[in-house]
Amino acid sequence: MKFLGKYLKDYKKESIFAPLFKMLEAIFELLVPLVMASIIDVGIANRDRDYVIHMCLLLTLFAILGLAFAITAQYFAAKAAIYTASKMRADLFHRIMDMSAASHGSVGTSALTTRITSDINQIQSGINMFLRLFLRSPFIVFGAMIMALIVDVKSTLIFVIVIALLGLVVYGITKSTLPIFSRIQKKMERVFLAVGENLEGARVIRAFGNQDQQKQAFGTQTEDLYADQMRAGKVSALLNPITYVIVNLGVVAVIWFGSTQVDMGILAKGQVVALVNYMSQILVELIKLANLIVVLMRAYASVTRVEQIMEMPYDERTYVTETQKASEADAVSYEQVSFAYPQAGEMAIRDIDFKVPDHGTVGIIGGTGSGKSTVLHLLNHMYDASKGKVLIYGKDVRSYKENELTKIVGLVPQRGVLFHGSIRDNIRFGREDITDDMIATAVHAAQADNVIESKEHGLDEEILQDARNLSGGQRQRLMIARALAGQPKILVLDDSASALDVATDAALRKAIRGLPWHPTTFIVSQRASSVMEADQILVMEDGCIVGKGKHEDLLRDNAIYQEIYYSQFPKDEKEQNS
Amino acid sequence: MSTKNEIKQSQVIKRVLVELKTYRLQIVLSLICAVLTVIFTLLVPVLTGKAVDCMIGSGQIQWDGLYQILEKMALAIVGTCFFQWLMNRINNYITYDITKNMRQKAFEKMLVMPIKNIDSHSHGDYMSRIATDADVFSDGLLMGFTQLFTGVLTILGTIFFMVRVSLPIALVVIALTPVSLLVAKFVASRTYAMFQLQAKHRGEQTAYADEMIENQSVVSAFSYNEKAKEEFDVLNDRLADSSFKATFYSSITNPTTRFVNSLIYSGVGVAGAILAIFGGITVGGLTSFLGYASQYAKPFNEISGVVTELQNAIACAARIFEIIDAPAVEESRENHLSDVEGKIVFEDVAFSYDPSKPLIEHLNLTVEPGQRIAIVGPTGSGKTTLINLLMRFYDTTHGKITIDGVDIRSISRANLREKFGMVLQETWLKEGTIRENLLFANPDATEEEMVQAARTSHAHEFIKRLPNGYDTYIKGDDGSLSQGEKQLLCIARLMLALPPMLILDEATSSIDTRTEMKIQEAFQTMMEGRTTFVVAHRLSTIREADVILYMQDGKVLEQGNHQELLEKNGYYAKLYRSQFVCGK
Repeated sequence: MKFLGKYLKDYKKESIFAPLFKMLEAIFELLVPLVMASIIDVGIANRDRDYVIHMCLLLTLFAILGLAFAITAQYFAAKAAIYTASKMRADLFHRIMDMSAASHGSVGTSALTTRITSDINQIQSGINMFLRLFLRSPFIVFGAMIMALIVDVKSTLIFVIVIALLGLVVYGITKSTLPIFSRIQKKMERVFLAVGENLEGARVIRAFGNQDQQKQAFGTQTEDLYADQMRAGKVSALLNPITYVIVNLGVVAVIWFGSTQVDMGILAKGQVVALVNYMSQILVELIKLANLIVVLMRAYASVTRVEQIMEMPYDERTYVTETQKASEADAVSYEQVSFAYPQAGEMAIRDIDFKVPDHGTVGIIGGTGSGKSTVLHLLNHMYDASKGKVLIYGKDVRSYKENELTKIVGLVPQRGVLFHGSIRDNIRFGREDITDDMIATAVHAAQADNVIESKEHGLDEEILQDARNLSGGQRQRLMIARALAGQPKILVLDDSASALDVATDAALRKAIRGLPWHPTTFIVSQRASSVMEADQILVMEDGCIVGKGKHEDLLRDNAIYQEIYYSQFPKDEKEQNS
Repeated sequence: MSTKNEIKQSQVIKRVLVELKTYRLQIVLSLICAVLTVIFTLLVPVLTGKAVDCMIGSGQIQWDGLYQILEKMALAIVGTCFFQWLMNRINNYITYDITKNMRQKAFEKMLVMPIKNIDSHSHGDYMSRIATDADVFSDGLLMGFTQLFTGVLTILGTIFFMVRVSLPIALVVIALTPVSLLVAKFVASRTYAMFQLQAKHRGEQTAYADEMIENQSVVSAFSYNEKAKEEFDVLNDRLADSSFKATFYSSITNPTTRFVNSLIYSGVGVAGAILAIFGGITVGGLTSFLGYASQYAKPFNEISGVVTELQNAIACAARIFEIIDAPAVEESRENHLSDVEGKIVFEDVAFSYDPSKPLIEHLNLTVEPGQRIAIVGPTGSGKTTLINLLMRFYDTTHGKITIDGVDIRSISRANLREKFGMVLQETWLKEGTIRENLLFANPDATEEEMVQAARTSHAHEFIKRLPNGYDTYIKGDDGSLSQGEKQLLCIARLMLALPPMLILDEATSSIDTRTEMKIQEAFQTMMEGRTTFVVAHRLSTIREADVILYMQDGKVLEQGNHQELLEKNGYYAKLYRSQFVCGK
């Protein structure tokens, strides 16, 4: 709650005034039945026309004041709630953007997006409702009771009983339906996902003639959802009727008891009418109060979740200061590097040791899960190495600032993405210093000229959501162009040409070799053809480097490399053509 | 089906009525309950007033009359309670049942609608139509309708009772009615526009946050973080401003309603009291009036909200019916394939996804039973399209494809597809256990058969290492399986249901070549005697094919076996040299 307080502090004035003005409004509402009682008992009883008119003008004044106070209160409440939530949302987003890969991974992408959307929205409506109602509703409920007390002490007992009963019923119904509702929520999500799954898998489902099974599975899900909805409906259908009965039987009791008081001359008729009016006011506010409690409970849970994210360490990486200047000897060197992913028991890579001279090309090859990409994750300090050191131009990667490093290392990720926006924006990707010429060079080298040409608006073509208007190969080429546009000294291609046909892949490698600034290049691939021209090939197996050298040497000496190579270039063919 | 044509609202309403026919009885019952609830509710203030009139003063209580009235009151209260409860139950039933049925219908249509609809439509949109819109529709329709119905009824009933008690005061209330209406309308229209704007801004902001968070690794790799923060802040501030307006304006509704109510209340007070002074009305009558007046504006307020709600419901209905009423693929059962030899002939086939951009034209191809066809060519050359046509995910626009001389359009798609086994580059596994996924195509396979299939496809090793072995629960994208592992599962899945013809579309693209070599043997046995279409980029697969089709821009440019095509020294030879031979 301290966490929330920190944000509300900027809207202290609003947070205090909102409930205060709401309370003022409530006071005027509570006074109305009393005024009406005196109209009946004084005005009508004494046939005093002027008194009646005065009192009614008073009522109108109350109404106007009530309206003014209420609107002021709503204004303050909305302001405090919206802008507090907005600030929190911005802070949360900033924090997420600063998170390291490990921190991000420990929370999970979908959890993070939920925090920033639905959790913040819950908090927003929680604050809003709270500021509006936390004084008003209890004030009216108990105020009505106190007013009743002022009018007639003995009748107050009826009020106490009615309020207690209402509280019990509202609490009971809310409590028993709440878990069903959250279950319904989960089942709804499942239905949603099931539809998505069936759309994704439309071809496979049809190919295997599996429609009936899917239909049945979906039917079971919706039936299940339906059963819970009916269960919740059964209970919540009681809420209105039962509260109605309680309050109105309360009215009956007040009239009955009031009559005996009138009979004894203790109460006047108008006072009984006032009591009846107070009774009706209670119901509306009590239901509001129940809703408020539900909203607050949800909002509280959301605050806790957001707070968790904000308080957790967001970057566990270490940074060191090194005074020495970057040297030109080797572009990259790995010195006995081992690394285990957070929460993983085993090392993903072990004792990785190699050097890449400036302008050199290194190929990394190996099977799925052999640790190729992991090696690259340490190059741009996405994670800290568990053991050993990674040096770039002779300096520990941990001594580079993040934005220095991203300038040096141009990464084309394996599971790549393009963002919403034009192709040009995607290639430039926020780097203002990239000129149109640089983009053109990058596009050309990435073999993406024909991608641009095929689009009606060329570089200004908008990329649709999930880059649906681009094929897999087109996407990869644009991602390569994005990395090349910054003219990085070190270019990293993490299996980034897998969707390209091999001819385009070859042309791409040739173009990269021809780039005027001769980037040091890492090529990770499963294809031998992609790496065989490299100055140095690392063969990886089960997290270790099991072979290091040029293609010819490895082909001669390294069993695993041979196996990979000949699985792609059967022996006889090779001999025949070379 | 072309694009969404604007369906007229009246048409949608007609369609909704058809859907509601099944619930005729329940709807009539619900309406009866609504009428009774309203009548009983409105009786209470009248009875309260009469009760007050029984108290004339100290020692002058008409006890007999009072008891009778209180008894009637209790009856009316219990009646209201009962009928309201009954109405709630019936309404719940109608709402949930109609949602369930519409959802199921839409889902079933989704399984039989042309693949084209699925390919060309945002999946997210279909998902929200079937999941969310169905809810909004039934909720909105029913709530809207009940509120409208009871609202109008309450207003009419109130006026009726008021006129009966006292015409002049009733006239005061009626005269003030337009104020109610105007205020409600003013607030509602203002708020609606604000909410629209808020929804738009929220959508933009959410989409942006999703995109950036989901791809944070890329964002970080390019130090785009700061820029992302800046852009987010702009969107966020814009959202805050429109949210504030929407929230504030909508929160004016309640106070203004209360204000109008208060005005009517004091109007009734002054008119009633003055009339009472001249004996035109009893204090009890005035009490009844005050009871009505305090509730008078509520139905107006509700009705004004109902119109938007109903419109929204109709809009949602239109979106769901668009799915439910979409044409299913047409099935012909003229012929039936039972035992298949596997001779496949393409006769002058033409096809394109977009009529303005012709893709495949004049394609002729004869595949003998048991032959292996490799399709090669650059990205976008139509390789996958050929498979779309073979499996009838799409139909040819010209010419025909026959299997053993039978036009594939003359048999049902189910019949056609059961003759083909398929592994695609994009692996799809359903959310469920590994076992469920392997038995997907052949639920009757035994445990032994399943394990055997997993062994031959070399999936058994990694399955064994999973926490719960074959009962490990996998989700679509939770990253617990690598792409290569998923492909192995897809291959094992196919091995359990071996049909006479096979389609392998880059089936091993994500499996490393060493593992691939290991499962090659299994592939060989699988392809033995089966007509097989392979889209591949690996030489080993291509070289052994009986026929290689070199495709480019939708045309088969070359066709022949490896040796023939090399000798021809055309496209294939060029591709071959650039890909597989390290000659520069």
